[in-house]
Amino acid sequence: MSTTPRPIDSDAGTLAVDAAFVIERLRGFIADGVRKVGFERVIVGLSGGVDSSLVTALAVSSLGAENVVAVFMPYRSSDPQSQIDALAVCDSLGIAAKVIDITLQVDAYFDGFPDADRTRRGNKMARERMSILYDHSMAERALVLGTSNKTELLLGYGTLFGDMASALNPIGDLYKTQVYALARALELPHSVLTKPPSADLWVGQSDEDELGMRYAVVDRVLDLIVDERRSRAEVVALGFDAADVDSIVARVRGSQYKRRPPVIAKLSNRTIDREFRYPRDWGR
Amino acid sequence: MVLERSRTGVIPTQESMPDATAADPSPEPAPDPSGSVSVAIAQFYPRLGDVAANIAAHLTVISTAAASGARLVVFPELSLTGYFLKDQVPEVAVRIDASEIRALQDASRDAGIDIVAGLILESDAHRFYNASLYISGGEVVHVHRKVYLPTYGLFDEQRYLAAGDRFRAFDAPLGNRTEHRWRAGILICEDLWHPTSVALLARQGVDLIICPSASPGRGLLQGEAVGTASSYDVMTRTYAQLFTTYVLYCNRSGFEDGVGFWGGSRVVDPAGSVVAEVPGAQESVLFHSLERSALRRARVAYPLLRDERNDVNDAETDRLRRRHTRG
Repeated sequence: MSTTPRPIDSDAGTLAVDAAFVIERLRGFIADGVRKVGFERVIVGLSGGVDSSLVTALAVSSLGAENVVAVFMPYRSSDPQSQIDALAVCDSLGIAAKVIDITLQVDAYFDGFPDADRTRRGNKMARERMSILYDHSMAERALVLGTSNKTELLLGYGTLFGDMASALNPIGDLYKTQVYALARALELPHSVLTKPPSADLWVGQSDEDELGMRYAVVDRVLDLIVDERRSRAEVVALGFDAADVDSIVARVRGSQYKRRPPVIAKLSNRTIDREFRYPRDWGR
Repeated sequence: MVLERSRTGVIPTQESMPDATAADPSPEPAPDPSGSVSVAIAQFYPRLGDVAANIAAHLTVISTAAASGARLVVFPELSLTGYFLKDQVPEVAVRIDASEIRALQDASRDAGIDIVAGLILESDAHRFYNASLYISGGEVVHVHRKVYLPTYGLFDEQRYLAAGDRFRAFDAPLGNRTEHRWRAGILICEDLWHPTSVALLARQGVDLIICPSASPGRGLLQGEAVGTASSYDVMTRTYAQLFTTYVLYCNRSGFEDGVGFWGGSRVVDPAGSVVAEVPGAQESVLFHSLERSALRRARVAYPLLRDERNDVNDAETDRLRRRHTRG
């Protein structure tokens, strides 16, 4: 387990964040979104990583510690450091974590499918956690907060109906480097801020190894293409590796389906979400 | 001066109340010879698509503003309906003789305060307009139908709405208690992004531009100073100074589908100075006293309206129109 500080280039150009302002905005977003649908509390799947730790801290700041339920859901191969970090985050925020081990149910399932590869197993774990969160959402009368950042949403680096599922996502418009900037501003535990980002679905998994690129690069390319609407040629001319840029663009296109509701076969004159268009906050 | 308000009620704060001399709860006081008139700007959070709830909340704010001595209370764009209505537009639309509008007319008469409120107005031809009404003494004195309907980025107004076709100034009664004539004009949100709108009102001699708005915050990562708020800061100050007029900017509060409205309602005086402002996005009512003397001072120092060359403007516009017609 490396604890060497990793320089995450969050202050580069347009990725800079006015952390205090954005945090205040997100506190308002959470309080409004929770209360207008009749809830007072939220529930977060806390992994000990920076995304879910930030969301938990924002929720506590917005709603108070008594209104935030954090659930840590390890599998037997989870890095032990994850639990240490998750509990440190809870300690620092004055909340107690529920620990629910998912090993028994995941292993029981895969006993029937012993040849399943680790991607299938990782997806199953993510969906198992989602299922537990939504069950406890009902039990605790607590709305599920999402923890997917803009980088992973755009790259499709998440499990559909797994970690991507939520009612409200406070950090879905923040790139990973911006998530770090906010996490630093909220003074999350040192280990959370410095360990290599990982989905922790198997031992030694690393986001940046899997992506083949550093977040500092990915985020800047995404920001140029998505936010600034620059062309591929312009991005390459700025000095980014053409193969990296192509790989990122291909991932964004290839994962579009994950960011949309399921496709409905068009038959009537008023199909849901095509001609039947209402805001989610309809009447609220 | 700010009234803090929860989503369901008005809670006056200690420092928020206007001073005692401005408070004027009696329904028919004498005209104010000083040429000053207290106005209230309600940075309001409507329920999306719930007109009945919004009417009730309006009435609460109206009576509070009137009790504090204000002669005009301004509500934001689409204050009776909320903004991102989508397919609710025909469902929340009202005609000009609707009971919902009648309720505001009655309130204006009973409380002795003028009201600017926003709604979806349905025409006889069943077109739906994003409109703001100026209501005074039990009557609708003026209707402005938004001319510029933004349909880009996160906006989709032209899908649902018909566009207005005029910018007209009118005499603002201001509770029928002012000695001076106050000419006013209404520009709704995006109308303000087209300086010709302001110029057309200025040419009709406005002292007061009322701008109800539902401006969503975006470009917020580097802070509000570089987001949408900065554009409105520049526009409201610039227009006030160049057209030597008061600008009342009334933005809304709250969130719709995760989009936050940034507030920042303000009064800019005819010299271009921000003289009252809500410091954030929270629900509040801002009070300020408009002064004829401030208009006079600004127009003595900068007689820009006197010097405006409407003849040159007309001649050049005619020339461009003829050239355009010739193709």
